[in-house]
Amino acid sequence: MPLVRIENITKSFGKHRVLDGVSFSIEAGAVKVIIGPSGTGKSTLLRCINMLAPPDSGKIWLNDVELTDKKTNLNLMRQKIGMVFQHFALFKHLRAIDNVALGLLRVKGLNRTDAYAVARKNLLKVGMQDHGDKYPAQLSGGQQQRIGIARALAMDPLLMLFDEPTSALDPELIGEVLMVMQNLAKDGMTMVCVTHEMGFAKSVANEIIFMEGGHILESAPPQVMFNNPQNERTRSFLHKIAELYGESL
Amino acid sequence: MLDSAIYILTNIPLLSKGIWIAVQITVLSMLLGMVIGIAVAFLRIYGKGPLKKAVSLYEWVFRGIPQLVLLFLVYFGLPEIGLNISPFLSVVIGLGLCSSAYQAQIFRGAILSIGSEQMEAGLSLGMGKVKTLFFVILPQAVRLSLPGFTNEFTIVLKDSPLAYAVGIAEILKYGRDLIVSEFRPFEIYLAAALIYFVLFEIFYYLFKFIASRYKVPGYIIAEG
Repeated sequence: MPLVRIENITKSFGKHRVLDGVSFSIEAGAVKVIIGPSGTGKSTLLRCINMLAPPDSGKIWLNDVELTDKKTNLNLMRQKIGMVFQHFALFKHLRAIDNVALGLLRVKGLNRTDAYAVARKNLLKVGMQDHGDKYPAQLSGGQQQRIGIARALAMDPLLMLFDEPTSALDPELIGEVLMVMQNLAKDGMTMVCVTHEMGFAKSVANEIIFMEGGHILESAPPQVMFNNPQNERTRSFLHKIAELYGESL
Repeated sequence: MLDSAIYILTNIPLLSKGIWIAVQITVLSMLLGMVIGIAVAFLRIYGKGPLKKAVSLYEWVFRGIPQLVLLFLVYFGLPEIGLNISPFLSVVIGLGLCSSAYQAQIFRGAILSIGSEQMEAGLSLGMGKVKTLFFVILPQAVRLSLPGFTNEFTIVLKDSPLAYAVGIAEILKYGRDLIVSEFRPFEIYLAAALIYFVLFEIFYYLFKFIASRYKVPGYIIAEG
């Protein structure tokens, strides 16, 4: 039984059809990497999964609860889906540790002592235990993103969504974030990542999903995808990425 | 010259009997304006359909009416439909409603500058819209709106002498009474001006202190 099932979802913004019938499922513990040209609905797909951008049609299940059902308590279900944003989206008026503790205090209803104990534990997981007292603006991009990951992890989610987590970072800061993500994957976290980090995709993903024009054109394990892509578009996209990042794929 | 200066200074204590009432009017009007202003700002951004239209209309109407007209409407107009409101309350309502329209704009600008990702981040934690508004958006909006709010406060303070028009004994009224018996309007109004100026400075620095107290390191907010 997959953890997440996505069935034929569509989503339009105005006249533009961003998702045009996307279906796939995610087994518990799987790491899926979504790649594809920009504007093909990768981020929108992630936002559909946690219902930040509810699909126009189609169905999404998490653990047999239908998220697209209007009667579903979304606030309850979103606690189980951690989200990491491209531009971190840390609460700017709160210190790093307060960012991590906020959901525990206000959603899970933990008391201060427990909430901050859990928050400290999660700061440790992302190697930010010495920076809890700093405000987001006092941290580097890589550090902010690690706090973003800790904030999502603190809610003890079943699934983590990463929306281009490293694309707003300076090149030398990408490594520290990918390291944290790699460790998460190793610990068995179920993850869906939109990213152009092919090195990460190759070493961590169980499956690469190539999207274009609101469709999934091809999906396969990394070794198949990188060595022998079936679709012509996938091939040329991967070729371009390889040129751009100078990686031998 | 020296005589005039001494005369001005000796009259300040007499006029300053009106300070307390001027401060009360200003603070209460601002509070009323703030409560309505924040609500209007949130409804204009997050509200839907007719409610959103209604608050836009509210803002539009109250920005366009001079305070004195609004004050007379409340104080002289409402008794016609059986609502007798004390002069003091009329001033607070009149200035407060007027200010609420301006404060709504200040808060709306602040909320809009926060960016939609903060709301999404709150929602993605399962906080829901209301909790996110309260714990994430509002604390940032208040900080961002402090410069504009400080400015609006000093404007309302300087509008408070309008209370004189409905016979409230504030600074200007005491001045008028003195002029009737002493006939030295220049010196007495100058004394009143001095009091307002000092009040203005006190509040200005008070808000500056508040702003520095709640400053978030690295989070840049323009000085008021």
